[in-house]
Amino acid sequence: MKILDKLATLDRRYIFLMVALTVIVPLLFPIGMPITVTKEVQTVYDYIEKLPPGSTIMLAMDYDPAALAELYPMNLAVLRHAYSRDIKVIGMTLWITGATLGNLVMREAAEGIAQEGEDYVYLGFVTGAASVIMGMGEDISAVYPTDYGGRPLSEVPAMKGIKNYKDIDLLIDLAAGATPESWIAYAGSKYGQTIAVGCTAVSAVGYYPFLNSNQIIGLIGGMKGAAEYEKLIEARGTATAGMDSQSIAHILIIVLIIVANISYFAVRKKTTV
Amino acid sequence: MIIQFFVPHPPFTNMYEELLNWVRIIGIFALIIGLSSLIKLHYTRIARKTRDLPYSIIVFVGMAVMAAVGLIKGIEGAWFEWLFKNIQVPMQATMFSLLAFFIASAAYRAFRARTLEATLMLVTAVIVMFARVPIGEFLWQRMPDSAVQLWANPPGDISDWILKVPSMAARRGILLGISLGAIATSLKIILGIERSYMGAGE
Repeated sequence: MKILDKLATLDRRYIFLMVALTVIVPLLFPIGMPITVTKEVQTVYDYIEKLPPGSTIMLAMDYDPAALAELYPMNLAVLRHAYSRDIKVIGMTLWITGATLGNLVMREAAEGIAQEGEDYVYLGFVTGAASVIMGMGEDISAVYPTDYGGRPLSEVPAMKGIKNYKDIDLLIDLAAGATPESWIAYAGSKYGQTIAVGCTAVSAVGYYPFLNSNQIIGLIGGMKGAAEYEKLIEARGTATAGMDSQSIAHILIIVLIIVANISYFAVRKKTTV
Repeated sequence: MIIQFFVPHPPFTNMYEELLNWVRIIGIFALIIGLSSLIKLHYTRIARKTRDLPYSIIVFVGMAVMAAVGLIKGIEGAWFEWLFKNIQVPMQATMFSLLAFFIASAAYRAFRARTLEATLMLVTAVIVMFARVPIGEFLWQRMPDSAVQLWANPPGDISDWILKVPSMAARRGILLGISLGAIATSLKIILGIERSYMGAGE
């Protein structure tokens, strides 16, 4: 059939146009698909929910603007949850391109509910990756003598009584790369730190072995994981808004794959005959 | 470092903390080397007046502006944050967003069920893609009540099984292989058998 021949050689610009429409239209006209919370995300939420006020969590914001769409909403949701429970947050990053991003997100989440220095501190970036993780296991102030703004950690109320991982109740690594493996190997295995991971959807598959072996307590994967967390804290954000677009885009790709295979086999059959 | 992992007591802990300081200092010098390499590369392009000369000039201008603003006004200052939020963030996010279009186009052109393995991969990908977004459950809930009561969320359950059983098993095997390879290579480097990192053989 002529139409199948045309589909077999469809100009990629039509595909680009279809993808653009499937992303833009649901953002303008939301469908509001229900979001079901998975066990992996629920575990992280429950752990933070059970921490008594005054506990401390460390948030490693190991991502850059490229992973913003998936990890920023997740980051905001976790921070807002912690701040609302009077849990102190120590923020830091192993990615130099995410250093400013970490500061921005901690401030944005804190608006009206938390105070810098008292309820949270942002340490920023120090080069070294694994050596930073290992160094904080002995003494955080040896790795970060000052916070991001240059204030000595001894003068930051949020760091009072915090020396190393023994004083941190949970560490959450929000990662666009492979940093969770370093956190699990060094902070988790060597120092016994409880760890949860938030990551991009494409990376999430790789962390199920760690989840299965209880090396991490929970996994927030991709924009859907972020949307689930937003549902749990009852604060709709950009992740929830993006779910409609992501859903329709996935359906489009599935349809394109099916159509491409049908046209491929039809053309091949015609050529063979 | 290996001894300290199993014997976390002085003097090994003192040596361990000192070595970690050294690693961080060497890391800073690595940044400087990276920076000088970048400057050399783009300076060469400008000197030779290559076709990409305008982009190399932009690299230098961007580097100089961000460094100057950060040093003068501070990295926590409003100027630095404005430059970051309004230039770096949109550009980097946009570059990554282009992937969505190319993935769709590549999937259309290349994803063919030519062999049994390709078909299995295709079917698995379709199931996981369908179930990992809310629309999978959303569409299933609109099936007849008898089907929904029989199985509440088959796309989600099947996708979960795929991720937690066969995919996880394969991933665990890969991780173990990588780890064993890393241990073997590290031992070879420590024992001096592997010297390619020092430029041996050139």
